[in-house]
Amino acid sequence: MEKSIVFNNRLLPYMLLLPQLVITVVFFYWPASQAIWQSFLREDAFGLVSEFVGLENYQALFAQPEYYRSMLTTVIFSTLVAALSLSIALLFATQADKNLKAAPAYKTLMIWPYAVAPAVAGVLWFFMFQPSLGMLARPLRGMGLDWNPLLNENHAMMLVVMASVWKQISYNFLFFLAGLQSIPKSVIEASAIDGARPVRRFWTIIFPLLSPTTFFLLVVNVVYVFFDTFGIIDAVTGGGPAGATTTMVYKVYADGRLGGDLGGSAAQSVVLMVIVIALTAIQFRYVERKVQY
Amino acid sequence: MVEHRPLTDFIAYAILTLGIFIVAFPVYLALVASTHDAATVVGGHMPATPGSRALENYYRAIFVGGTRTSREPVANMLINSFVSAIGIAVGKIFISILSAYAVVYFRFPFRKTAFWIIFITLMLPVEVRIYPTYKVVADLRLLDTYAGLILPLIASATGTLLFRQFFMTVPDELLEASRIDGAGPFRFFWDTLLPLSVTTMAALFVIQFIYGWNQYLWPLLITTQDSMQTIVIGIKKMLVTTDELAEWQLAMATAVLAMLPPVAVVIFMQRLFVRGLVQTEK
Repeated sequence: MEKSIVFNNRLLPYMLLLPQLVITVVFFYWPASQAIWQSFLREDAFGLVSEFVGLENYQALFAQPEYYRSMLTTVIFSTLVAALSLSIALLFATQADKNLKAAPAYKTLMIWPYAVAPAVAGVLWFFMFQPSLGMLARPLRGMGLDWNPLLNENHAMMLVVMASVWKQISYNFLFFLAGLQSIPKSVIEASAIDGARPVRRFWTIIFPLLSPTTFFLLVVNVVYVFFDTFGIIDAVTGGGPAGATTTMVYKVYADGRLGGDLGGSAAQSVVLMVIVIALTAIQFRYVERKVQY
Repeated sequence: MVEHRPLTDFIAYAILTLGIFIVAFPVYLALVASTHDAATVVGGHMPATPGSRALENYYRAIFVGGTRTSREPVANMLINSFVSAIGIAVGKIFISILSAYAVVYFRFPFRKTAFWIIFITLMLPVEVRIYPTYKVVADLRLLDTYAGLILPLIASATGTLLFRQFFMTVPDELLEASRIDGAGPFRFFWDTLLPLSVTTMAALFVIQFIYGWNQYLWPLLITTQDSMQTIVIGIKKMLVTTDELAEWQLAMATAVLAMLPPVAVVIFMQRLFVRGLVQTEK
C-alpha cells in the first residue's frame, strides 16, 4: 500500500532519514561488517598484527567439542523454556478467558513480571535456591537431596530454566488471552450444541484456531531464549558449572572477553547472525500467512 | 464460555490464584529479605513476614552503599538508569518518527533502499555483534558516557515500522485539506500528524523505557567506572564479592528498587503497554 498524495521536496526526505541512517550505519552495519571481516582474521596475542586466515576460525570453531556442547545446551534450554512457558501460560489464559468477573484483575496481576529485568529475575531465583540460605533450597536439602546449583550441572540448568520460564509466562499469557478472546463465541456455542464437552472443544476447536498465536509465540520465545536470557544466565550461573549453562550467545561473550579470542568470537557471531536471520525469515513467511487448519 | 457451572468457575479461580502466587512469590521473598538484618537473611531461617529493618536497609542501599562490597550507593545508579532508559525511548521515537515520515509521505530516489537498510536491523540484536560494536564505541571515545549507553541501542527498526504502519492508516484527505490550506511538510507534520501520533508515541515510549531500563549486557561491557553503572548491573556486582558473604538484604533492597519503575509503568499504564507490546511485535 502506498500513499497516493505525497510531498515532492527533493532534499527534505534525506534530511529526515539522516539521523536514523547515520546511527544505523555507525552502530549497526559497520560493527556487523567488522564481525564478518574479523572472522576471517587471526590476531596475535597482543592484538597488534592480524593476518588473513580464510576459514580457519570457522574450522577451529567446528572442531571444538565445547561449541557443539553450547549448541546442545542452547537446544535443550530453548526447548524446555519454550515448552514450559507456553503450556503454563496457555493453561492460565484459558482459565482467565472463562468470563470470570475478576478476569481483568487477574490479567494485571499476571503481566507485570514482563517488566522485571532478566538479570534481576535471575538474582531473585538464585536467592530462593541458593544452597545455604535459599528458602526453597533448604527443604530440598532437608529431603536428602544434595541440591547445589553452584556445583551440580543439572541443578544449574533447572534453575536458569525456572527463572526464564517465570519471566516469559506473562508475555505468553497476554498474547494467548488476546488470541482466545478473538475466537468467535458462535463457533464454540455451535460445537457445544453438537454435544462437545469443554475438553474436546478445546482440542478440536480452540487449539487449532489458536495456532497462529501459538506459532508466533514459539518463534518469539526461541528468540527470547537465545538473547534475552543472557542476563539470567550471567546472574545465576555465569555459564557454569563447567560450562553446563553456556549457551551460544553466552559463549560469544565469554570467548571474546575472558579468552580474548576475537577471531573465534567473531566467527560465532556470524553463525548466530545466520541462525537469527533464518528464524526471522521463518517468522515473516509463516506468521504473515497465518497458520491455520 | 458457554456453560456456567460453579465447579468449573471454582477450578478456574483456583488455578489462576496459584498462577498469581507463582508469579508473585519470588518478588515477595525479595521484599521480605530487604526488611531484615544481614544475619537473619544469611542464617537461612528467614521468616516469611517482613522484619523491622526496612528503613535502615533502603537508606543504606540508596545513600551509603555496602560496607563489605565497597559499592557505590544506588542513588547514582538509579539516575544512570533513568537517563539511559529515557534517552533510549526518546531517541528511538525521535529518529524513527522522522524516518517513517520520509518513507511514507515523500517519493525520492533510493526510498526503498533506505527502508530496507533500516528494516534489516530487526534481525540482529546487539548481542550478536557486541565486540565490534564495543570497538566502534571505544574508537568514538564514548565509553563511560550516556551517549555510549544510549546510541547503539536506538539503532533498530521497530519504531520506524510502527510509525510507518500508523501513518498508512491516516486518511489522505487530511493531507489534501492541509495542502489546500497552504501547509508545507513542516506544518502538516507539526499540526496534523504529530497530534494524531500521540498514542502511538506513548505506547512506544512505555515499551522502550522498559527495554532501556532492563538492558544488561551492553552497560556491563561499556561502563568501566562505578559512577556510570546502571542499577541492573549494579545489583549483580553486589553479589560477586571477594568476601564470602554478600550483603543479601542490601542486594534485595536494590533488586526491589530496580524493579519498581518498570513494574509501575506496566501496572499504571497497562493499556498503553499492551498496545505497544502488540503493535511492536507484529
